[in-house]
Amino acid sequence: MANNGPRRRRLEVEDIGDIAVVNFVDKKILDEQNIQMIGDDLFRLVDELGRRKVLLNFGNVEFMSSAALGKLITLHRKLQAVQGKLVLCKIAKDILDVFKITKLDKILSITTDEQAGLQSFS
Amino acid sequence: MGVAQMATELTIPSNLAEARRVQELIADALHLHGYTDTDTFAIKLALEEALVNAIKHGNQLDPEKQVFVVFNVTPERFDIRITDEGAGFNPEDVPDPTAIENLERPCGRGLLLMRGFMTEVEYHGRGNVVTMAKVREAAQ
Repeated sequence: MANNGPRRRRLEVEDIGDIAVVNFVDKKILDEQNIQMIGDDLFRLVDELGRRKVLLNFGNVEFMSSAALGKLITLHRKLQAVQGKLVLCKIAKDILDVFKITKLDKILSITTDEQAGLQSFS
Repeated sequence: MGVAQMATELTIPSNLAEARRVQELIADALHLHGYTDTDTFAIKLALEEALVNAIKHGNQLDPEKQVFVVFNVTPERFDIRITDEGAGFNPEDVPDPTAIENLERPCGRGLLLMRGFMTEVEYHGRGNVVTMAKVREAAQ
């Protein structure tokens, strides 16, 4: 790839107790290559770093297409397979419609804010 | 079809960066007509899904193939027609991603989102032409 610069950080992970709280650096989660890297970083949390409780904070995300949904479902499955849990929080109203239309709000745990998200693990 | 006189016509290569430029151009036009952020989000999302479908699935990212876009914005509604040079498809063949057995499948939600966010979505011919419309929120 001609435009491959140094690998840029796409996620910020903060540990609150045994919960990995993940913030997205990008405001737009688009582009297959970008989504692939975000997916790889998320899966590494579970597969390599052994995290079992993951809270994804969407507070910074303004736009997201269906291409990203597959990664969230795979992460959800990975965590389920190891008796872990995935929770999503602070999703903007318009983006929440993406989850509602696709009915993924039925299988993914979604809370309004980070505090409620943290509490949902206990 | 709704994409009538005064429409803007664009031809873009099979390149996702070009698709984003089309989205920004249309977002600017919607803004000029006073569309709400929610309507603009809905239209941009449907455009993202439709253009990715045209470029990736339709034209298979073939640099020799192009995507033809015609759109029109009025204070009441937004209309667009997107044509690719691919083999087309039958939208009825796409499995329902909201069916319980498909809910955890990682792909196949683009068309569902287009239908969910737009007022009208219709495929034509061999399935390589899609027209979409969004009636403006306040006008509904």
